[in-house]
Amino acid sequence: MSEQSTTERARPEAIKAVPVRHPLRWVSIAVIAVLFAMFVHLLLTNDNFRWSYIFVSYEEGKRGVMFTGPVLEGLRGTLLLTVTSMAIGIGLGTVLAVMRLSPNRILSSVAFVYTWFFRAVPRLILAILFGNLNILWSRIGFGLPFDEQIGKLFGIDDFNGQFYSIRAVDLLAGFVAGMLALGLSEAAYMAEIVRAGLQSVDTGQSEAAVALGMSRFQVLRRIVLPQAMRVIVPPTGNETIAMVKDTSLVAFVPVAGELWFQLNNISARTFVVFPVLVAAVIWYLIICTVLMIGQYFIERHYGRGYGASARAKQRLRNIEVEQGGKITTGEAS
Amino acid sequence: MTDSTAEMVRADNVHKSFGSLEVLKGIDLVVKPGEVCCVLGPSGSGKSTFLRCINHLEKINAGRILVDGDLVGYRERGGKLHELGEKDVAKQRRSIGMVFQRFNLFPHMTVLDNVMEAPCRVKRESKAEVRERATALLERVGLSSKIGNYPGQLSGGQQQRVAIARALAMRPKLMLFDEPTSALDPELVGEVLDTMKDLAAEGMTMIVVTHEIGFAREVGDSLIFMDGGVVVEQGAPREVIANPQHERTRAFLSKVL
Repeated sequence: MSEQSTTERARPEAIKAVPVRHPLRWVSIAVIAVLFAMFVHLLLTNDNFRWSYIFVSYEEGKRGVMFTGPVLEGLRGTLLLTVTSMAIGIGLGTVLAVMRLSPNRILSSVAFVYTWFFRAVPRLILAILFGNLNILWSRIGFGLPFDEQIGKLFGIDDFNGQFYSIRAVDLLAGFVAGMLALGLSEAAYMAEIVRAGLQSVDTGQSEAAVALGMSRFQVLRRIVLPQAMRVIVPPTGNETIAMVKDTSLVAFVPVAGELWFQLNNISARTFVVFPVLVAAVIWYLIICTVLMIGQYFIERHYGRGYGASARAKQRLRNIEVEQGGKITTGEAS
Repeated sequence: MTDSTAEMVRADNVHKSFGSLEVLKGIDLVVKPGEVCCVLGPSGSGKSTFLRCINHLEKINAGRILVDGDLVGYRERGGKLHELGEKDVAKQRRSIGMVFQRFNLFPHMTVLDNVMEAPCRVKRESKAEVRERATALLERVGLSSKIGNYPGQLSGGQQQRVAIARALAMRPKLMLFDEPTSALDPELVGEVLDTMKDLAAEGMTMIVVTHEIGFAREVGDSLIFMDGGVVVEQGAPREVIANPQHERTRAFLSKVL
């Protein structure tokens, strides 16, 4: 206790110790290096991959199977189907989540029943079911409900209360049927993800917003949802990536303009199986890589105000301010 | 309602239950414009619940609360009470600022955006004007250098001062404080209390639920002591604190002082 620490006291030398050895790390690195070398060797030397079939040309005068016209069309279809069905899924899922959490019992039970049904039925069966829905109706349109029955009630046999209608086969076949099957099914899963996100936000947040006089919609839109996004985005990324692959199910609707259907078609015609599978793997890898990069940026956007990256950025900003730079805020630029 | 202009808040025989638990058992209170009313009491005495009833965060079961002459949460027509819709309740809340124990700043917005959010979205005022006012308010609470920061980067005391600025940006006629310093480190309590003192000196009507006896004595114009859902004692803060009449008040004060 008698010893006093003063500023004059010399700083001791920095610690120089022999670090702990990790021999197992080196063993694992060696094992992985060998396995990796074997894999690369396989890719390069095994002729059965038929890389030129995949990349250069699969038939006389045609491009490689990855880049041939129908496959690129199929790729476009797959991407379009992913985007549209995810848009339906996220939009409807958010509505369902809000309904589920609503104090209105009827709305919340409707949302519950929806989620129950669409999570229970396999997507493959849904896809086939939607492809065949036109068996139920000949025409689909907007108009008065029960128009025929009402007409009969008043003694008119051919009363038509439809304002606009089209043939069911035109609407509920192919792409639209596939999109609906995937989108409606996705909405059930997204509803649960969004619900988890909304429930993760502290109730004090909506209380503070309500106390400021904000309406329920404003609170949801401006305060709760943006914070819920931090919880919603990662599993939604999962869902999107799963959806890219599930689009191959619409081949059973049937939809022809889809990546795997087109590749499989070529495989069936040319009796070349393995390289076509490899081509499919490569395309799906590329799509998912792009999606993961997108997810990274979306997560970063909704991570504002949280975590280390935000703090690091703020430190930079503070330095700028201290040095007489201008204060930058979100909307100032 | 004859001299309602001289009363910012009037509570008549307010009752509130959560299920079978009666939390407020007939609270009466009058707060005049410009007055600072401090509410003391042990936890569970219903003081926070009462405060939340004043801006209708909680629905009362019996009695009535008037703020600036208007019935909170209801409309009286033909001798019958009609519940107000969501929009009308929101409109009433605009003029009542509230500061929470746990700050409840919006973590995904910068300090400036936190303060600007409600005036821009709720009152639809022009952005430039609100920005000017928000900057001035933040300067007043001593945080003009933190404008671009996120709440997570501020200390508790700084966050609470932002929360006060956020409430003031709506130009309220009444401010409610729900234990504003209870979640703070002891050395950060002072800066928040100073901000509140300034606010009181400017003539803001305030109801402050607090455990800060010193603040109540120094700044408060009136004091009520609650226990078990009733007002046990009320009067001028100095008198009540120095010379409590009731056994319960005496026991409480002897523990906190």
